[in-house]
Order: sequence, then structure tokens, then C-alpha cells
Amino acid sequence: MSATTSAPALAGRPQSDRGWRRFATITLTLAKNEFKVRYFGSVLGYLWSLMRPLMVFGVLYVVFTHVVRFGGDIQNYPLKLLLAIVLWSFFAEATGQSIASLVQREGLLRKVPFPPAVIPLSVALTSSFNLGLNLVVVIVFVLVTGIAPALSWLELLPLLLLLIALTVAVSMLLAVLYVPFRDMAPIWEVATQMLFWGTPIIYVIETVPKGAREILMANPLAAIIEQARHAMIDPSAPSAAASSGGAVRLLIPLAVVAILLALSLVLYRRARSTLAERL
Amino acid sequence: MAGEPQAAAITVEHVSKRFRVPKERYGTLKERALHGFRRGGYETLEGLHDVSFSVQPGEFFGVVGRNGSGKSTLLKCLAGIYSTDEGSIRVDGRMSTFIELGVGFNPDLAAEDNVVLNAILLGLSPSEARRRVDAVIDFAELREFKDMKLKNYSSGMYVRLAFAVMIQVDAEVLLIDEVLAVGDAAFQHKCYREFNRMREDGRTILFVTHDMSAVNRFCHRALLLERGRVVSMGIPHEVSGEYLAVNFRHERKVDATEATDPLRDRAAFIAEAWFEDERGERVEFLTQGQSCVCRVRVEINWELHDPTFVLAIESEGGARVFATSSAWLGQETGSFTAGEQVVFSVTFDNPLAPGRYYISPQVTLLTGPQAGVVDRRDRAAATVVTGTDDDGALVSIPHDFTLERISARELSA
Repeated sequence: MSATTSAPALAGRPQSDRGWRRFATITLTLAKNEFKVRYFGSVLGYLWSLMRPLMVFGVLYVVFTHVVRFGGDIQNYPLKLLLAIVLWSFFAEATGQSIASLVQREGLLRKVPFPPAVIPLSVALTSSFNLGLNLVVVIVFVLVTGIAPALSWLELLPLLLLLIALTVAVSMLLAVLYVPFRDMAPIWEVATQMLFWGTPIIYVIETVPKGAREILMANPLAAIIEQARHAMIDPSAPSAAASSGGAVRLLIPLAVVAILLALSLVLYRRARSTLAERL
Repeated sequence: MAGEPQAAAITVEHVSKRFRVPKERYGTLKERALHGFRRGGYETLEGLHDVSFSVQPGEFFGVVGRNGSGKSTLLKCLAGIYSTDEGSIRVDGRMSTFIELGVGFNPDLAAEDNVVLNAILLGLSPSEARRRVDAVIDFAELREFKDMKLKNYSSGMYVRLAFAVMIQVDAEVLLIDEVLAVGDAAFQHKCYREFNRMREDGRTILFVTHDMSAVNRFCHRALLLERGRVVSMGIPHEVSGEYLAVNFRHERKVDATEATDPLRDRAAFIAEAWFEDERGERVEFLTQGQSCVCRVRVEINWELHDPTFVLAIESEGGARVFATSSAWLGQETGSFTAGEQVVFSVTFDNPLAPGRYYISPQVTLLTGPQAGVVDRRDRAAATVVTGTDDDGALVSIPHDFTLERISARELSA
């Protein structure tokens, strides 16, 4: 042993001084690269990703307005449907792709020191880029239909932030739970289906009986989608506050997002030091 | 802090790392639900045990050990990828970890994007990374392939690019894990040159490897790990000698089990073979240039007339470095009766280059009705030669090297 070990430690753990910047840089770079691969890799790149929500929209639209004869009396039903599907697709895509992301990126996690939360975060971020592009399409449709832009559209920003926060929290939780529980993927698939029908995407919240409505509105996705519809497409539709039975009740979906976020932060903080060896 | 000793670049104090391996692994929620959430038994594997050392600024420090000795675990603990169970690790200065070349390379992206990503992962900021893209691509000599997707690169191009990124990352403390295991001879040569440059630049480098010649060449000091414990630490030559000895001891066990082979039902049986140093003591390793003896003990089971005793020395790679036999004596070895034993010896000044060598003895009958091999034992004993003269050749022949200069004027005259 050398004599200098008694000298005071000048530095803490590696990179601790630049920890947050490094965290953000890696997340952003991974997300940008993934986005590039997806959209510049093939000629139709972005078109393909746009096709998916549009196709889902098309199918649901035809089925529910022409076959089941639903939504006829709902104002601007096609637009509402499109907006809801774009928002939902973001959530479903990001969470579905995050779930195995930590395990898939094992090689990286075992060889470079960086916080594991970067991986699901970067997946969610790539999906947010996509969400941004899809929203442009929604706005084009809305304008074409003849709805004039209104100040209330600005509400979309906090709603999107909330949606991204929820998606990030769920993505991070799923990814870290997948490490010990490899059957999380099929479980989440079923859960996604249930969530889809439990969220006012193809139906609207007014058609839900009163008692059930308030329960449904505890789902943050329902609150976000209904409020987005109210703000952007149909001001006559009930706002999230109105459908949950009072603005105070909106604290429930907010609390759900906050709890999920806090839970994921706690889990990552705990898992950070041992995750690499458990993959 | 004037007057006080300079702070170490890396300080490792009493570090222990255990891996908990569950005896029954429940990989799914379903299994967990069926078996309950009770804790199954865990088996504890000791990855590192009470490891302490420090590396001074500007030092090139080697960590050697066999596979599974804990050297990669140590590196990952230093890098912060694994947490430690006990002890403390301090790193002073900006650190970069190279556990694998080209970490995070995405085959679907062009060289430039990959260089930026890789450099960021290795610790550069995005602007630093982008500024160095050109230098990296020029060093890798890949300018005309800059926009090609990485999946279309040959493996050689890939490695060149990855290495070029690595040397552009100018951290003060570098952790390097067997990066040299890849690439062809020319590439390795380039790596060595860069290593020398980094060494001269005064970077602090911790280098994990089992390439002893690299340790001897670059490292100021080295540390030998065996089963997660520090076995020795000090001058590279001594440590690498001990490493070879540890390895050898391990192989010996395998040999010993083979020695119980019951094929004694033959006229002569090669019972054992061993090496002795110049003092006549059995040794497991030899020093280059010193006198040594190979001895082989043969048990005679039946009557034998004029057997020939052969001895060959083989290198690790299977090359026959040297062979001799009792036939060179120019006289009969005589008649032997059952129950007798013969020990034959070959004494020589050891010209072997550092590395592992084996004795393969043989007893044959050259004439008579039973002409043929009586007994042979391939690699009956092994030795490890240590020394400084490691130039890749098998033997080092005593020689003179002269240099004569002939001027142009003399040539034209």
C-alpha cells in the first residue's frame, strides 16, 4: 500500500459533478439516434409511423360511425377520435417499447457507467418526438374542418406535459419490473387493452353513466384526453373537471401521476447500484 | 497541500463485492405468485475480497488474473457500474472506462453519429464530441466511408473507428479492459503505440489483461488477483511470473488426475516427469538462460532389451522446440528386468523464451520382434519459463549482434 491513501479524497464518485448533464445528454443522444434510425432508415420512414394511428383511426371511424352508428350526435366525432388516438398511441407505443428496453440494452448498461433510467427515458423521448409530428397532422385536420384556433389550445401544453410525465413514469416502472418479472410483457399487453377501453377514446365521457364516470375519470389518460377534446375540438363538451364532478376531484388523476413518478424514482434510486449485475 | 504527498489518482480500500445468486430463480411474476414471495435461498459468490491498492497519478497500472479471478468485477466496481459491498473507492480526476470497443455503436447509423454517441458515453460533452469527429475519422482512415452505415463496415473498419474514438477521449484516468484482444497484428501495433503515447502523456491508466507481455511492456506496477483476492502486487516481471505460476499450478491438478491412468500393463511405464533447477530442486518454473534438468522416471514391468528413451520439449502452441534420445549415446542402454526403474535426465542451459512448455517423453524399441512404442506420455510435465527476453520467438539463442556501416563513398569505390 502506498502512503498516500491517507490523503483526503478530493473527488467523490466518478462523474458526480457532471451527473445531471451527462444524464440528459445521453438520454437525448440515444433518443435522437433512435428517431433517426426509425425515420431516415426507410424511404417512407415517417409516413409509416403516421400510417399507424391514421389506420387505427380509419378503422375505428368506419366501424363506429357507419357500422355501429355511434358518434353521429357527437360534435366533430372524427376529430375527437383522431386526437384521442394520437394521444393514446403515444402512451401505448412508449410503454410497449420501454418494457424490455433495459434488458435489451444490457450490453450498454454493463459496459458504460450511466444511470439506467436513461434507457426507458430515451425510449419515451423518441415517442414524444413522434407525438409532436402526429399532433401537427391533427392540427391540420382540425383547421381543415373549419375550427378556428383559440387561446384554449394553449391548454394542450400542460396536458401534454402531464401525459409525458405519466408515460415516462409507467415506462420506467415497466422496464425495471421486467428485469425480475419477464412475464410483464404479456401482462402489460392485456392491461393496455383494458386501459384502451377504460379510456374515453372511441366513446365520450358523457355517454358513461354518472356513477361510473367519476371512477373512469380517476384514470389520468381519461382526464387528459377529455380535457384536450374540450380545449381543442369541442368547447361544448364537458371539461375534465365537469365530468369528474368538481375541480377538486381532478387531484385524483394528478395524484396518480405523481405517485407513479415518485414510485419510479424510488425504484431507480434503489436499483441503480445493482441493476447492471441483475440483468 | 504543499509538503503533503500527492493524492493518489485511484484509491481502493478494503473493497469486497459479493454476488447473490438465487438458488432457484423465479423469472416471472407467475412463478413468484405460485411459490410465494418468500425469499428462496441465495448462494453468495465472492467476487472481490478485501482488495486494497492505490494508483499514483501518471502511473500505468496492470491488473492481471485468470478468467474469473475478479479483474473485470474490479474494473466495473471502479467504473461505478457495480456497487461494492464493503470498502471505498476514490477516483481523483476525470475518468473514462473502456470495457469494450465501440460501446453503443448502432449499426444503422453512419460513422459520424456513432462517434458522437460513443464519445458521449465515454464521457465527452456533445460539443466536445462533435468537434472531434473529424479527428477521429481521420485517425481511423475512414474519410471516404464517413457517411456509410456502420452495418456495411468490415470488422476491421469497425474496430479502427472504435479505437480512434477511445484515444480521442482525453480523460485523466483511464480504465481499460483487454481492448487489445481484438484486431490484427498491425492494429495491435497501433494500439501499443498509442499506449506508449498515453503513458508518456502522464495519464493514469489501469489496465486489465491476461497478456503478460503487454503488462511487462507498459506497466509501472501490476497487481495479481486470484479468486477475488490480491495475491501479489509490485514490479510487472515478478507479478507476471507469479501469474504464470498460478496458472501452471492449476494445470498441474489436471495432469495429476491423468497420471492415475491405469495403463500400467506394458513393458515400461513412464511414471513421472519433472523439471529441476540448477540446484537440483524440483521447480514449476524456470528462468531463462539458467541451467536446468528435465528428468523422467520409468518403471519397467517386463524384461526389456535396449529400449530407447526419447524426450521432446513442446511449446504451448504444439511446436516441437527440441528433441533428444538415448540413441545419440551411440551405445546400447542395456537389458532391464521387471521391477527396475530408470531415471533419465537431460541437462541444458535454458534457451527457451518466456512462456509455457511441456515435456513429452517416450520409450521405444527400435529393433527386435516387438519394435515400436512401448510407452509415451504427451505433455507429461509442464513448466513456465520467465524472463525478460520476450520477443515472440520460441528460443533465445546466445548470439552476438554487430552493426557495420558502409558509407556511400566506400560503396562506389
